[in-house]
Amino acid sequence: MRKWIAGAALALAAMTGPALADGHASYPERPIMMMVSYGAGGATDFQARIVTMTAGNEDALGMPIAILNRPGAGGRVGWNWFATEAEADGYTLAAYNVPHFIAQSIEGGVSYSTDDFEPIANWGADPAVFVVGADSEFDSMADVVAYAKENPGGLTFSGAGLFVGHHIAALQLEKAAGVKLAYIPNNAGGAGAMRAVIAGEVLGGVNNLSDAFRAQAAGNVKILGVFDLERNAFLPDVPTMKEQGFDIDNASVNFRGVMVPKGTPQEVIDRLAEVVPTMFENKRVQSRMEAGGSPMAIMTRDEVIEMWAARQATLEELLAGL
Amino acid sequence: MDFLFYMGDVFTPINFGLLLLGTIGGLILGATPGLSPTMAVALLIPFTFQLEPQQGLILLGAAYTSTVAGGAVSAILLKIPGAPANIATTLDGHTMATKGEGAKALQLSFLASAVGGLFGVFLLIFLTPVLAQWALAFGPSHLFWLAILGVTVIGTLDSSSVVKGLLAGCIGLWLATIGFDDIMGAQRFIFHPSVSGGINVIPALIGLFAIPQVITMFTKGRSSDDAEIISVKRHPIRLAFVEVLRRKTALFIGTITGTIIGLIPGVGGQIAGLVAYDQSKKFSRESEKFGTGHSEGVIAAESANNAMVGPSLVPLLTLSIPGSPTAAVLLGGLLIHGIFPGPDLFMNYPQVAWTFIDSMLIGQILMCIFGLYIAGLAARVARVPHAVMAAVVLGLAVFGSYSVQNSMGDVYVMASLGVGMYFLERFGFSAAPLVLGLILGPIAEANFIQGSMIANATVGMGSYFFTGWLNWLLILIVLASVSYSIWMEVAQRRYTTKDDAVAKEEAMS
Repeated sequence: MRKWIAGAALALAAMTGPALADGHASYPERPIMMMVSYGAGGATDFQARIVTMTAGNEDALGMPIAILNRPGAGGRVGWNWFATEAEADGYTLAAYNVPHFIAQSIEGGVSYSTDDFEPIANWGADPAVFVVGADSEFDSMADVVAYAKENPGGLTFSGAGLFVGHHIAALQLEKAAGVKLAYIPNNAGGAGAMRAVIAGEVLGGVNNLSDAFRAQAAGNVKILGVFDLERNAFLPDVPTMKEQGFDIDNASVNFRGVMVPKGTPQEVIDRLAEVVPTMFENKRVQSRMEAGGSPMAIMTRDEVIEMWAARQATLEELLAGL
Repeated sequence: MDFLFYMGDVFTPINFGLLLLGTIGGLILGATPGLSPTMAVALLIPFTFQLEPQQGLILLGAAYTSTVAGGAVSAILLKIPGAPANIATTLDGHTMATKGEGAKALQLSFLASAVGGLFGVFLLIFLTPVLAQWALAFGPSHLFWLAILGVTVIGTLDSSSVVKGLLAGCIGLWLATIGFDDIMGAQRFIFHPSVSGGINVIPALIGLFAIPQVITMFTKGRSSDDAEIISVKRHPIRLAFVEVLRRKTALFIGTITGTIIGLIPGVGGQIAGLVAYDQSKKFSRESEKFGTGHSEGVIAAESANNAMVGPSLVPLLTLSIPGSPTAAVLLGGLLIHGIFPGPDLFMNYPQVAWTFIDSMLIGQILMCIFGLYIAGLAARVARVPHAVMAAVVLGLAVFGSYSVQNSMGDVYVMASLGVGMYFLERFGFSAAPLVLGLILGPIAEANFIQGSMIANATVGMGSYFFTGWLNWLLILIVLASVSYSIWMEVAQRRYTTKDDAVAKEEAMS
């Protein structure tokens, strides 16, 4: 009997041996999960589902990526979970939203910062834009700022929440124009903020370019300016803030991409960093993203590391005054 | 009459096959505890990648329609509301099932669902442009008053006493404050990491409704060896038709309340059933029978929650703003095919838009047919011995809570709320007002904060919350509702003797 057990143990060791020696060369061996810290149907969720739809292809990871939503508190719930509880084995990925999670980590009260995550690749860049209702008296940012100068603190405008891209854009506008504005964070995210503008509850709003583009096509809003360095291909006629005389950079642009928790094996990170950007470049993915009005910006791991560091510095300076 | 013109497209083999698939799949997903309509539709989105836009939407629309109705199955047979929309259905529906009238309750609920659902979709077809303005009319101040109106319902909802109802509601409001707050991001009462996202409504629903019942079943099983066998009464469908048509008031109130509330972005679906239940209780000539397995309760609740399906799509289809989480998922299903909903949707993509709406009409009828068939089979659930039943419900409760976001944290929340509710029920508290507090808390709070921020920057609190006809109307209804509750309490107290109270307590336990 003892011999039999020893034999079985040996056989087991022999079976697991190659797998151990192999390390992570055969990664991934089972389906991968990707956590999205916003609800199903939101822009981040929608885009995450599209850009990962080809993961199961042989020339990509060969295993499907399943999306799991953990919404709450502007993304804090999901990222908190990802930083503290997610297993760093390469089978748990997450979508990041910059500047959201960086701004929240600077604000405090969360258990993550850029040091807790390892970026893999970036798929999208959705700039913030300034929108007003279709029948608004404002036709340019100059009109908006003029109104704000006459009524200090009286210009109400909506956005998706505090310490998200829209809020950053709002702070930048206040600083660049030297006026006091009334930023109204909405509890129902970008869609709720847009509704408030269309219904005339607020005089204007900061919103995602992709959503504003649709709302403008539907004839509900006017887009007065883009919070980015250059004009956007979706809206070639809308000037940037800089063109209108406000010194505002791209700190509020909502970059979306994939990351893993700190402590994930280097081999896994390398493999993902190599394969994931090619998934984003897939023709089918690109055409779906284009159809949905979602601007893409594919960046490799090294570029994202650089971008995170730059955002960290900008946001620390901008939020220091709060 | 464009919708008639495109009606034929629904009946092409592939489209009709998808419609059947969506309807049957939706009923099954809806009957599974924990799978809310939003999740069911989100699960189906990847399948629509491969389909034509029209076909994808038929699948999603059919699934949306029938998951809402399917939720009644677990609400009636297991007392687990699959989604907030089905809470009110448990109140009378499950009582009917324990009396052996499960088949009747299910038949009534599917017939009422179909009537409400068809009315809602017809409203969507004929009155969309008018209704779009209504959907925009509700700003933060109005939503705040609407939530307060919901709170006043708490007092009269399924409770032996107004005071206990209000107390339960307050517990619900407190539970709603747990977690990061929605607007400022402040942390409140986060004593354990699993509640950092707040109390998720679905695990809470499952725990509050199903667990006390499981515990009761286990304790009963131990005290009496021969568990009572409930004889399941057969109920001809013809009689169900007669019953639904006879209860005109409940059907009318349910349908109208459902459509009106369904239109309001962000509030609708969750409370339509409860408000309709409460209203028809107030208007009914047999209001004392509500909560004891009265057919009007089931009819009002189910006609309301399906009536809200059509109108809830109005803001999405006309303004491109999703009014509910489910509508947000449907928006994703449209965008993925490059279709932008908006006022010109019906001009640019008439075939997609009209076929989608037509399929929801046909879907309501198919849902009703399959539902009536299921009613015959599913009512046998009541024959299962208590111990087995308790184990099945417990298993489903754990599975349902876990599946919401693959999190054990939600299972702990479900279990602790459930155990707590067991003891509260022994003291005469009921779960429905508690859940209503949990749902309304965040709506009232977020809209009050938003409203006061806007008010402080513009006209000031007083005139922001207290001027405008819609604010006045809502405040008046709130006052009417409160005075009705007080009047009822005073009127009833005159006749309630100590013996009555004791008898009531005994009946409860």
